[in-house]
Amino acid sequence: MESIFGIHEHALMVRKEREGILANNLANADTPNFKARDLDWRKEMRDAQEQLDTSRFKPDMKRTNSRHIEGFADISTDDYLKYRVPTQPALDGNTVETHVEKAKFMENALQYQASLEFINGKISGIRNALTGG
Amino acid sequence: MSMFPTLDISATAMGAQTIRLNTIASNMANADSISSNAGETYRSKQPVFQTILDNQTGEPAGGVKVKEIIESKAPLKMEYAPNNPMANKDGYIFRPNVNVVEEMANMLDASRSYETNIQVMNTSKQLLLKTIQMGK
Repeated sequence: MESIFGIHEHALMVRKEREGILANNLANADTPNFKARDLDWRKEMRDAQEQLDTSRFKPDMKRTNSRHIEGFADISTDDYLKYRVPTQPALDGNTVETHVEKAKFMENALQYQASLEFINGKISGIRNALTGG
Repeated sequence: MSMFPTLDISATAMGAQTIRLNTIASNMANADSISSNAGETYRSKQPVFQTILDNQTGEPAGGVKVKEIIESKAPLKMEYAPNNPMANKDGYIFRPNVNVVEEMANMLDASRSYETNIQVMNTSKQLLLKTIQMGK
């Protein structure tokens, strides 16, 4: 069944995930040989959209018997993690550029709030419809 | 991983930076701890950070820890001071290899990193609070 929140539900999850990854980059700003990573947002959202549109992504396992449990493919972000290309890599092999990561983190926080706003709008719309305004 | 991984990640980073600040404080405090032989002389301590890896997958799980604290290999400063009560029989005293200017720069870096993680935590907290308020 399609969620009433549509793509925003997935967007919120992905942005939450991205927040963790960017926070990890910032936490490891002084770790030797640490490579900064980020999510391939476009790819992840496209796959999430496809997952919504069709059911072809959802059950990876075929049910040949009525007693089989439905295979549920959980959304994983591992496939979308990419390494950031640094403009000025440090001598110790660290590729975290704090200013870049901070900017991305802030951007992501704003996008997260935007997604929240969309969801809130949807909720108040439904509430209006239920109560008759 | 808990429900709020970002807070955990930033907390580990703040812990690691605190250890770094502690070693800096120790280095600065001992910058003038002289001694009569090379073996007993204080050596500058430096923490080495490492990403926390997931036990099962070996992937970076989030967060940072202090892997070890190493002692600087820089040569000690030998000083000819025959009047010093700590001088050895040749009249030399040994000063620690603490570079005070380097430590100050290091301290600023550590404090900035600490602040960055606080900002991350604050932003994350605000987002979580707004999420809790969802639909109200």
